[in-house]
Amino acid sequence: MYKKGIKMSSKLMDSDLVRRAIIRIAHEILEKNKGTDQLCIIGIRTRGVVLAERIAKAIHEIEGKPVPVGILDINLYRDDLTLVDYHPVVRETLITFDVNDQKLVLVDDVLFTGRTIRAALDAIMDFGRPSSIQLAVLVDRGHRELPIRADYVGKNFPTAIKQNVKVVLNESDHQEDAVYLEENN
Amino acid sequence: MMLLIKNAKIVNSDGIDDRIKDILIQDGKIVKIGENLKSDGADIIDAKGKFVSPGFIDLHAHFRQPGQEYKETIETGSAAAAKGGFTSVFCMPNTKPPIDNIALVDFIIREGKRVGLVNVYPVGAITKGQQDEELTDMFEMRRAGCLMLSDDGKSVHNSHLMRMALQYSQMVGILISEHCEDPLLSKTGVVNEGYFSTLLGMKGDPAVSETTIISRDIELAHYLDCRIHFAHVSTKRSVELIRRAKTDGVKVSAEACPHHFSLTEKEIRSFNTNLKVKPPLRSEEDVAEIKRGLKDGTIDCIATDHAPHSQEEKELDFDQAPSGMIGLETAFGLGITELVDAKILTLPQLIDKMSASPAKITGLSAKGKIAEGMDADLTVFDSEAPWQVKAAGFASKSKNSPFIGKTLKGLVLATICGGNVVYNVE
Amino acid sequence: MVEWNKRHLLDVEELTKEEIQQVLDTAKSFKEVSSRDVKKVPALRGKTVVMLFFEPSTRTRTSFELAAKRLSADTINIAVSSSSMSKGETILDTARNVEAMNVDAIVVRHGSSGVPQILANNLKSSIINAGDGCRSHPTQALLDMFTIKEKLGKLEGIKVGIVGDIMHSRVARSNVVGLTKMGVEVTVCGPSTLIPFGIEKLGAKVCYSVEEVIKRSDVLMLLRIQKERQKENYFPSIREYAMEFGVNAERLKKGKKELLIMHPGPMNRGIEISSDVADGPQSLILEQVTNGVAVRMAVLYLALGAKE
Repeated sequence: MYKKGIKMSSKLMDSDLVRRAIIRIAHEILEKNKGTDQLCIIGIRTRGVVLAERIAKAIHEIEGKPVPVGILDINLYRDDLTLVDYHPVVRETLITFDVNDQKLVLVDDVLFTGRTIRAALDAIMDFGRPSSIQLAVLVDRGHRELPIRADYVGKNFPTAIKQNVKVVLNESDHQEDAVYLEENN
Repeated sequence: MMLLIKNAKIVNSDGIDDRIKDILIQDGKIVKIGENLKSDGADIIDAKGKFVSPGFIDLHAHFRQPGQEYKETIETGSAAAAKGGFTSVFCMPNTKPPIDNIALVDFIIREGKRVGLVNVYPVGAITKGQQDEELTDMFEMRRAGCLMLSDDGKSVHNSHLMRMALQYSQMVGILISEHCEDPLLSKTGVVNEGYFSTLLGMKGDPAVSETTIISRDIELAHYLDCRIHFAHVSTKRSVELIRRAKTDGVKVSAEACPHHFSLTEKEIRSFNTNLKVKPPLRSEEDVAEIKRGLKDGTIDCIATDHAPHSQEEKELDFDQAPSGMIGLETAFGLGITELVDAKILTLPQLIDKMSASPAKITGLSAKGKIAEGMDADLTVFDSEAPWQVKAAGFASKSKNSPFIGKTLKGLVLATICGGNVVYNVE
Repeated sequence: MVEWNKRHLLDVEELTKEEIQQVLDTAKSFKEVSSRDVKKVPALRGKTVVMLFFEPSTRTRTSFELAAKRLSADTINIAVSSSSMSKGETILDTARNVEAMNVDAIVVRHGSSGVPQILANNLKSSIINAGDGCRSHPTQALLDMFTIKEKLGKLEGIKVGIVGDIMHSRVARSNVVGLTKMGVEVTVCGPSTLIPFGIEKLGAKVCYSVEEVIKRSDVLMLLRIQKERQKENYFPSIREYAMEFGVNAERLKKGKKELLIMHPGPMNRGIEISSDVADGPQSLILEQVTNGVAVRMAVLYLALGAKE
């Protein structure tokens, strides 16, 4: 949970910027995929799920058609499970639709090393064989450790590796939408 | 040879001598007790500030020889006894083969003398091979030096046989000590039946397996007007039955073990197999009544039921691990810690339970008291000194004690048996 | 949910209400994994889980093995007959030998109560109790709780009746302890000779009438009655047991229509449970088996990732 005042932080995006970024991403997804046919959106727990639902809602409003939304918990696929002291809390993955031959859009809040996305790709492949997988993120902060890039980006922020990008969303954090840049001591 | 113990605070079962005295020992006997004794050429032990009591007598120990020398031998058992302040030990006959004939009685006595640390008294079996079928040759074993009989490890379950044993042994002049456990009731029980056996899902041995045999034997002893001794009494109801029998004039005596007044069944939660013992550790109520029985004299003496088992045997699971724990080296410390410090017994009363009373029960008339003319079996101890029980500290060949790691009060400093110093803490 | 800090699972008694809740929540995620086409996640890749069974068991062992495999752990089965134990090797020898091969978890079943505890005291691996003596079968209790909660949406305030040989049942003991901890009202029922001393102190009510228990319960858990108990004279005959304590469709009519039936298996059809009940619409028996894998996945995942 984000706690104010613990670290030095500056606001990178306010709620208006977040809202506009989501609407733009929704438009871009529709444009690139030529509508909603075979289109599915999968959010990565926790904030990716909130963003996925907002994007799906925006698409619905724009196109007048609903898109299915799935929830993915990637903890079981993390590549550092053998390295961490304790296993992260696992929550349910909820993908109720068939992913085979679908055009999937994975949604996460921040794209950083790319390892989460690698885990998510592995997890999705265990569900079936989608025709394509695209990636949408609210923030791309750089410092990739794997050959992964986002198809849709809300905002690019060059950051120092020691800094931390914190996304706050109303549904998950009970605070006004915002993105902060925190300085780690 | 002569030995002079200087500056002793003499404690007998009837009290503590209010003057500091010297004890002169010659040829294994106490020849003189007095102030500022002098003797040329005698070895001298200075017991300044320490208590000297008659040597402890254990009516119930297992030295495992012959047959299970990997657990204990008469030699290692004697060393453990000496370290614990004991000068006389009765060895139970459940050896392999059982002590049920003159040859084995003779062997134990000779081996005890060869080792030469403490007096080792063989307890003969009541029935041949402890098979609960035929009586042993009691006259012959008595003449060889056997003072007590028991089928310890189990009861004489056949009631007719027990009646015969009591009647016959009375004529022979040998005491019967009964291990009270109805095997059909105790079955495969490993812990006291009750809340804890239920909580831990362990097979229960109900208190009634002990009390049914005690009741039967009290009735037999009453009917036949015979003596009987009850080994390792462990339940509240047992104490009540024996108390009542004594009031009725039945010739019963009873012993309790240190673990039965120091530990409750609660300890079993650790699944430490060193806590597995027959009879099992009982409830808090039972422990309280054992203490009451010791205080009011219902329970005559403290016996260790020293039962050595090897580490590999105790590393088995709780069901399969053998029953029993060693006790010779912790008995006195537990007596002081749990009984004297807790104001259950006075120090002279503890000495009564550990020396005078067992001597009386078994007819050892020259033992159990510090007086001129008595055997020079003595224990020198510090009743206040704390010490920690350590596995490496045991003289016994086995280390199966649940008290390892605990701190006890009451430390034996030296043991003198037959005028010889058989243990010295330094 | 919090960081899990227990490397071992020895007994339900040692788990707090919150921890039980966490196992059940985690199991929910793993149930989803078992419903996929590809029933495998890489969470325990590279870990080795040994099934050390001193007592024969097909169900529990298979369930644990599947659970470990679905988490990508490597598994080995070691069945030790008690006879080889008597050849001088102690359980600790056996377990130390297994551990010396660098295993991460040992799932152990043994006929004597407390063996998992003894192993946990002496070894570095995670020890998971798959049943010890008459004491504990924690994963069975957890999967039973999971099944009830999944079906009824909650545990608090639910009334569960457990019928059968309570004395010799580790399932009954673990369920009494676990369910009461979660606010379930548990009544045990069976011949008085098979109700252990002091069970009330563990929080269970005792009732000798199976019909009475059927009437008041939301869930009825039936236990296997072992025929050897009759030979030990715990009750007069199997016939009388089936008549007095057996559950059949006729008897069930006395209870709520939605009364749920559970059985940890293996069943004695026609003795403690009739086939029409075992296979009937109220039966959760096969769901228990399905949920068992998910619960055991959760237990292995949590224990192997515990921070102590």
